[in-house]
Amino acid sequence: MYKLSKRLIITAITLIIVGATGWVSSYTALHHLSLEDVKAMLADEHAHHGAAAYHSEDSHNKADHASHDTAHDDGKAHAAMIHSVHKAGHPEDAGHHHEDHHNTSTHDGENHPKEANHHDDQHAEHVLHQMHNRPYAALYVAAFFFMMISLGVLAFYGIQYAAQAGWSPVLFRVMEAITYYLLPGALIVLAIGLWADDHIFIWMDPEVVAHDKLIQGKSGWLNKTWFAIRGLIFIAGWSLYRYFSRKFSLAQDLADVNDNSNFKKNFQISAAFLVFYIYTESMMSWDWIMSVDPHWFSTLFGWYVFASMFVSGITVIALITIYLKGKGLMDFVNDSHLHDLAKFMFGISVFWTYLWFSQFMLIWYANIPEEVTYFVTRIEDYNLPFFGMLILNFIFPFLVLMNSDYKRVPWFIVMAGIVILFGHYIDVFNMIMPATVGDRWFIGLPELSAVALFLGLFLLIVFYALSKAPLLPKGNPFIKESEQFHY
Amino acid sequence: MGTTKVIHALYTDDDVLMSAVKAVKAEKHYIEEIYTPFPVHGLDKAMGLEPTRIAIAAFLYGCVGLIVATAMMNFIMIEDWPQNIGGKPSFSYIENMPAFVPIMFELTVFFAAHLMVITFYLRSRMWPFKNAENPDPRTTDDHFLMEIPIQDNEKQLKALLAKTGAVELHVVEKDAH
Repeated sequence: MYKLSKRLIITAITLIIVGATGWVSSYTALHHLSLEDVKAMLADEHAHHGAAAYHSEDSHNKADHASHDTAHDDGKAHAAMIHSVHKAGHPEDAGHHHEDHHNTSTHDGENHPKEANHHDDQHAEHVLHQMHNRPYAALYVAAFFFMMISLGVLAFYGIQYAAQAGWSPVLFRVMEAITYYLLPGALIVLAIGLWADDHIFIWMDPEVVAHDKLIQGKSGWLNKTWFAIRGLIFIAGWSLYRYFSRKFSLAQDLADVNDNSNFKKNFQISAAFLVFYIYTESMMSWDWIMSVDPHWFSTLFGWYVFASMFVSGITVIALITIYLKGKGLMDFVNDSHLHDLAKFMFGISVFWTYLWFSQFMLIWYANIPEEVTYFVTRIEDYNLPFFGMLILNFIFPFLVLMNSDYKRVPWFIVMAGIVILFGHYIDVFNMIMPATVGDRWFIGLPELSAVALFLGLFLLIVFYALSKAPLLPKGNPFIKESEQFHY
Repeated sequence: MGTTKVIHALYTDDDVLMSAVKAVKAEKHYIEEIYTPFPVHGLDKAMGLEPTRIAIAAFLYGCVGLIVATAMMNFIMIEDWPQNIGGKPSFSYIENMPAFVPIMFELTVFFAAHLMVITFYLRSRMWPFKNAENPDPRTTDDHFLMEIPIQDNEKQLKALLAKTGAVELHVVEKDAH
């Protein structure tokens, strides 16, 4: 049985305090930025980098070239439209707004001094909003990332029960501990989403919706009340399953050797949960992630997010198992269990890449402006994290975990696991940030302190749950098979 | 090319075979080959066989496939008859790469799989019209056969094998290859 160590509590609480302080200070710093500060900053950037290097200006200039792809400039116009103009209370005709603004930005380079000036103001306003959004988005990305780990593990756990897997029962207590974070973690994500309001979800701003036909068309789904209710339904469903499954799992330990009724109940609710999960996970990914770009949609987005959470979750199972085994608390876990977890890490990393590419290739190939703008922003403004993520999430685990022998070496799994987790943090970062902070992104104080905050919370809650029950689910009917598992 | 004397020990159960292999290895005898009707789990380790290197070969074959696909698509779609791909007539391989990824993937798998099978056949000395090396056809049905070369220790070996539960023991002259 694992006992929550003082050192771990202190580490976790330190992380929480450091993270909270860092985040609050960056929040105050960024929130007190005024329009004048931003203008000064922009002028400064101009002076330092010159007009050509200055991104936004650069892209508007490019937009004048006949050869330039229309998608690009539509994307810019779109982004600019949602974020700045409406908030500035720009007196333009609502119905034609999109086109109007589009024209403003395309003709910008043609030396209309008045319009250009006006645009500079607008641009500064836009940048100011992006910088205000940054601490919210940083907090949201970190909160979602740790929630996603927990949710991925819950799905993995459900699959083990539904498949009546014989190899994995020795890992069940670790999985149950990780999923203990799901209820608080998911509530926090939902709360941040609702609190951050239009700082993250632009469709939550009634003024934007009033000027945007596309969002109006989606407002039956994308409205704050229904968003909150849906979120609560998802969380309630997942948490109920988690609660009963843990309860039956513990009850099975105390039950008679011939009494498998708790295991059977767990099998049934797991099968039902998986059906519920695959629907709600998909809808959750539309709500909590995809709707930050309310004009854009992708039909396999739910799967894509699922792959991300699945591989992160399995990686965390492996890391915690290796940690506990290193302390001599899980000697019943052998090389073959680690090998299987590493196989999953390898396999799901490839699966993630497959989905990432499937989503990318179709949109790239079709080149429809309203779709392709999503990737144009990411490739132009997020080049390093966007392509770096492919190295972290695909090429690195692919090459490192390919060899069968390496999958049994704990430090190899730990190394690959840390890279995978970092890569999937970047993945979430790439999904949220472009819509909220645009090209004003950086992994700095707000992002790192938000990660520290939720890492501390995650460790505290998960290891608290680990200390609540014996690490070997001895009553599981497959426990003998699992202990002797070898390949 | 002379002939060698080998002893053939037949078993009727894979568990008995496994313990026999361990007993024979414990006495430090060399096992030439074992013929089984189905793959016996862990037999390679018990026999002390070296791990297979087919994975390394497969990786290299995959790399060959990837290179072939890249070179082929570059020649066909970019150089020989430049194509306008997805309305993006850039005529550059790297800019059109997403369109070629499925082919690159497929040929990687194709090369790895086919060449791996061919390698396996060659390495196992199997090719068309070759006579089977199987010393006893019952090993394709329900018998397991262990083949041990004899080096002036026939009696000792026979005693050992009889003790391990062999149902039949034959000493045969075999062509060395």
